[in-house]
Amino acid sequence: MPHRSAVATEWRLKKGRYAMTGSECKACRELYFPARLLCRKCRNETIERGFSGNGKIVTYTTISSPPAGFEEYAPYGVALIKLDEGPIVAGQIVNEEEMGMGKRVAPVFRRLNQDGEAGVIHYGTKFEVV
Amino acid sequence: MDIGITGYGAYVPRFRIKVEEIAKVWHQDAATIKNGLKISEKAVPAADEDTITISVEAAKNALLMAGIAPQDIGALFIGSESHPYAVKPSGTVVTDALGIGPEVMVADFEFACKAGTAGIQCCLGLVKSGMIKYGMAIGADTAQGKPGDALEYSAAAGGAAFIIGPNPLAKIIDTYSYTTDTPDFWRREGQPYPLHGARFTGEPAYFRHIIEATKGLLKKTKMSAEDFDAVVFHMPNGKFPREAAKKLGFGEEKLAKSLIVETVGNTYSGSSLLGLSNVLDGAKPGEKILLTSFGSGAGSDSFALEVTARIKAAQGRAKTLKNYMDRKTYIDYGTYVKLRRKLRL
Amino acid sequence: MKRIAVVGFGQTKFGELWDKSLRDLAAEAGALAIKDSTLDAGRIEALYVGSMAPGRFAGQEHLAAMVADQLGLNPIPATRTEAACASGATAFREAVNAVASGKHDIVMALGAEKMTDLKIGEATIALMGAGDQEWEAGIGLTFPGLYALMARAHMAKYGTTSQQLSTVSVINHRHGAKNKKAQYPFEITLEQALKSPMVADPLRLLDCSPITDGAAAVIVASEEVAKKLNPAWVLSVQQASDTVALHDRASFTEILAAQVAAKKAYEEAGITAKNVDVAEVHDCFSINEILAVEALGFCPAGRGGKFVEAGSVAVGGEKPTNTTGGLKSIGHPVGATGIRQIGDIYLQLTGKSCNQVKGAKHGIALNVGGSGATANVTILGGNE
Repeated sequence: MPHRSAVATEWRLKKGRYAMTGSECKACRELYFPARLLCRKCRNETIERGFSGNGKIVTYTTISSPPAGFEEYAPYGVALIKLDEGPIVAGQIVNEEEMGMGKRVAPVFRRLNQDGEAGVIHYGTKFEVV
Repeated sequence: MDIGITGYGAYVPRFRIKVEEIAKVWHQDAATIKNGLKISEKAVPAADEDTITISVEAAKNALLMAGIAPQDIGALFIGSESHPYAVKPSGTVVTDALGIGPEVMVADFEFACKAGTAGIQCCLGLVKSGMIKYGMAIGADTAQGKPGDALEYSAAAGGAAFIIGPNPLAKIIDTYSYTTDTPDFWRREGQPYPLHGARFTGEPAYFRHIIEATKGLLKKTKMSAEDFDAVVFHMPNGKFPREAAKKLGFGEEKLAKSLIVETVGNTYSGSSLLGLSNVLDGAKPGEKILLTSFGSGAGSDSFALEVTARIKAAQGRAKTLKNYMDRKTYIDYGTYVKLRRKLRL
Repeated sequence: MKRIAVVGFGQTKFGELWDKSLRDLAAEAGALAIKDSTLDAGRIEALYVGSMAPGRFAGQEHLAAMVADQLGLNPIPATRTEAACASGATAFREAVNAVASGKHDIVMALGAEKMTDLKIGEATIALMGAGDQEWEAGIGLTFPGLYALMARAHMAKYGTTSQQLSTVSVINHRHGAKNKKAQYPFEITLEQALKSPMVADPLRLLDCSPITDGAAAVIVASEEVAKKLNPAWVLSVQQASDTVALHDRASFTEILAAQVAAKKAYEEAGITAKNVDVAEVHDCFSINEILAVEALGFCPAGRGGKFVEAGSVAVGGEKPTNTTGGLKSIGHPVGATGIRQIGDIYLQLTGKSCNQVKGAKHGIALNVGGSGATANVTILGGNE
């Protein structure tokens, strides 16, 4: 994201950003989202594994002071979400006025930001309190 | 073999702005406008929504309803006049987001408000010829109205996705297009807002093409207005489709279910498709539906559809348009202008 | 095992220093530390420089060589260490290990950061390099946001209040008002703090440490050299790591890496939390001081808010903490903070602090990187 000209950096994350594809350990079956190459528990290799994106909020905040590139969206809600499958992920909440501990969320497809007015637009998964 | 709609999905953003809010700023009379346009409020996209995000959400619903694997979709066409890029397809983000392809034919369409139905026609041809098993056509827009212009009251955001294939929940009996070069509404490359020919957009544009296309379809299929249980026309406002129905001999009760424009606004490439979505949500097996879209520039695509028994299982599988229409948060004009990026930063 | 000591400390003023470049700040701090130690500069054998992002903030990589160059110390080996906001303490740990290995007798550990040339939105992005680039920065999280997520979780679990959070800042400012080197050497009131604009709910502007320019340096020496100078003995340096992304942590209401490092440090030093007379903790955001006093065992888990509210962390209280102002009042030039904390403990243990704790014998410094992916605990003991 800070690498304005490096299109590959975000492109490489497509599967995780667009389709919530994470990892599962080949050996001990531990689940990971976001994806990682090696299992944290047993250090064996992992395979791709999809996640539904449904989960619940375990903590949240509203960001009033945005980083560069996110100004037009501020203020916005961000939460740590415990996915139904187990892993916890950080994500923006699109209806931030509804945020609360334990609230259920579902995934939605939104713009994350863009590399300036003339640059590539980055898309990803945000979450909506249902 | 029957070919038609095997699944469909809708999406409308949650923000709404009322006609009163806009009229207040421009010192116009809200009651007059509401009565003239037959629109009371319209849908506005959030800062992080665009034609691509709307298309993904609508397509997700369509796939859920069709119950097919994303990999079975052999073609995907998004029709819009607000594609996020001038060059770089919207369709490829949607295919990657939904696990469609990479063995898939993709191209973006533009024909003002009828780009979505043009996509349906292409999918129909590809399926009928046996080149693909299923195709998806999406009509979606985040339309822009020039501040202070009449179109500002109606230009809205939303979209619908239709999957065309065998074993349909609604068979496509036939389709007929009527197209001429007519400059009723246009936008040049690089310009932020479209321009239009005011009253020229009526009789020589909207009405001529909708009427000729519909007449052409009726002649081709040897059907008449009485044969249809419901009719859907492109909805630039609530007035034009009512007039078109009258001129073509369709009673207003047949139009009723499709007139979502009153509280959603004109979603351009999504307009007639969202109307169709609402009609299908409540349709019964055996019912016949006529849809005629209109795209400025100009052209109309007309379709005769027959609902099959499969619609029963399909209804309720995915989020309906009503779900999105009922979900709303009102905003004021200042927020609207900020969200629609009409402020040059 | 032979003992190791800190024998000198120097720091620049911390603040928004338009006229000073990164290299000038580093050179100033290094020179002050050398002077304080009374050693000849030529006797320094190695240099470790802690700096989080000199490339992002000032376009300058290869910083350690640059600092050695500016201090006239070439050709000694010079290496930069980086662990986000714990870069300073990691440089100190390398310096201590270098002396402990027997390879060197006198080593300088220096920390420096020049942050204020960037606009705030870009500085925020640069700082997010301390978090998960892809899954925290990439989705629009900021550091205030990350600590806000922890603050809310702590408030929900233990009933910690906004008043308790802001009391951290009030006490640290009261301490910092005595520190000429501080960026904001003045007091603030609880009311001011609670009315300051929200940055990331529930953290307000006055719950957040500022963006700062500054440098600090310490000289580390072997026992043979140190016993002739003004030493404070290094009783332990321990460091621990945890997941970079907050969402991968086992707990959002504790800094587990700090607990691990603290436990090992107390063991190595042969003391317990009870023996600690003065502390420096990493109040990048007010919540982190609450998490720190819990991690260091000054109070039970969850009671950090009450501990602060009772004034236990003030000079005169049970566990004087951040006695010279902490990150909030002194400022937080990221790479310099870890060194500055150790330096301030050194001043306390050698009786030279601007806000002296009488008879301080044992001091502890906790330097945290990111939202808790690195924690470094240093315990110093006064010269008997």
